[in-house]
Amino acid sequence: MTERPPVLSVRGLSVRFLLPGGRRIAAVTDARFDVAPGECLALIGESGCGKSVLASALLGLLPANAQTAGGAFLGDLDLLTADERTLARTVRGRRIGLIPQSPAAHLTPVRTVRSQMEETVAQLTGVRGRTALRTAAERAARRAGFPPDHLDRHPHELSGGLAQRAATALALIGDAPLLLADEPTTGLDRDLVDRTVDELRRHVDADGDRALLMITHDLAAAERVADRVAVMYAGRIVELADAKAFFGAPGPRHPYSRGLLDALPDRAFTPIPGMPPELGDLPDGCAFAARCDRATDACTALPPFTGSIACHHPAPAPAPAPAPEDIRA
Amino acid sequence: MLELRAITAGYDRRAPVVRDATLTVAPGESVGLLGPSGCGKSTLARVAALLHRPDAGTLLLDGAPVHRWRHRAPRELRTAVGVVFQQPRLSADPRLRLTDLIAEPLRATGRRAAVPVRMAELAETVGLTPDLLARRPHEVSDGQLQRACVARALVLRPRWLICDEMTAMLDASTTAALVGVVEDYRASTGAGLLAVGHDRTLLDRWCDRTADWETVTGRSCGGPGAGAPAGKAAS
Repeated sequence: MTERPPVLSVRGLSVRFLLPGGRRIAAVTDARFDVAPGECLALIGESGCGKSVLASALLGLLPANAQTAGGAFLGDLDLLTADERTLARTVRGRRIGLIPQSPAAHLTPVRTVRSQMEETVAQLTGVRGRTALRTAAERAARRAGFPPDHLDRHPHELSGGLAQRAATALALIGDAPLLLADEPTTGLDRDLVDRTVDELRRHVDADGDRALLMITHDLAAAERVADRVAVMYAGRIVELADAKAFFGAPGPRHPYSRGLLDALPDRAFTPIPGMPPELGDLPDGCAFAARCDRATDACTALPPFTGSIACHHPAPAPAPAPAPEDIRA
Repeated sequence: MLELRAITAGYDRRAPVVRDATLTVAPGESVGLLGPSGCGKSTLARVAALLHRPDAGTLLLDGAPVHRWRHRAPRELRTAVGVVFQQPRLSADPRLRLTDLIAEPLRATGRRAAVPVRMAELAETVGLTPDLLARRPHEVSDGQLQRACVARALVLRPRWLICDEMTAMLDASTTAALVGVVEDYRASTGAGLLAVGHDRTLLDRWCDRTADWETVTGRSCGGPGAGAPAGKAAS
């Protein structure tokens, strides 16, 4: 897996929003990660931490008041500097398939699923002619487990799970090498979450060249599907870890990641004290220090990201039995 | 007691969403109602919250049968029930600053004088800073907005709380924080809770007991039917 070039390579990606009155919102700062062929990377973090802005930046869908820096490479193409024509004609749907949050809202409410499916097939593939389109649309539906006899329904006539599959089917039509799922399971019940992420995983496994970047705050979904986990806090990636080690032993290393897992109802069910800082008013040092029980004077300086962690006093890396005790003494 | 007896409710009398549902919450008790998406549990929660008139069956609040729903419900009943919905965006007036959103029930019931004291208490309880309270919904995150919605539900000190998928849109830490807020409130006031959701792990941890949709309605639910609506607007 390491020899093949990554499908997506994000290099120091930053996004700033300029607001009236000279305010600057640091939505994403210096994000660095790769997604390899056949790999699923889950990007997790609290709501408002910049996850979805990162997704919008990759698709060139940021609002006009956004400024970007760094690079995000899909092969040789830098998504951040590519012009709208390139993004619209060669990237969206063709090289990146988007699986949206709230699929019911993503679909056009006034048209049937079939007509949206046929339109997408016609746009993204060479299929022409009414019968051929009809067959291709049905094939696309079946591929994502969407029952073809529901194709003539409008989006509001679908359950949440079926709407999700319709959106997945549309995302798969262009055979894009990168699937980008933005909170694909929000509001679904546990069975549907499991089914949805299993299907995403299947589409990655079915074709070893495809990669999945899943943005989510659902830790159970991330654990189920991901090979690696990137944890984002206040616009920065603070930990990048192997999913097995992260969710199992030895567990996460960053105090924020540990806090997130401890908040789960099947673990300690205790919240991290306080709230994330405002992205327009970030501290100079570690953004998590104000909520961190390990914080020391060192935390007034920004911890550098080592490639796996950005923290002045992370939990030890390889030890099979990590000592959670406080070492400040 | 909050008693739902043989409730049948829905949006079309010929095809009710909820049939013959019976569920009781004792004072101070917390009950989790579990069911898959689209089974009708939110509709039942709306009946209990006086927001949806059932086609048949009886709702008793503290022993008295309820005869009127929504704006026709008498004020002393309406103010006895606090509600938190799944989607804070859809249940918050986009024009109101968070502070006005939280204070609205006090103003609507003629308790304007209580606003400063109650606001100070609640802002602290749910963890909203003065800076956040001065913003409108589009300027805060889902988690921050849901904190305000929980504060709004508690502002009149209700004896009953109905939380319909309160945490479905939230991250793990905000979920744990808001469940903590509700439980602290219940510990100090003895309020009863009906928490509706699909996350068994969460409701088992949160509530005194959980009831499955099958046992509440006496029949199994086929899950989301093909015709079940996908969007669940918390109007």
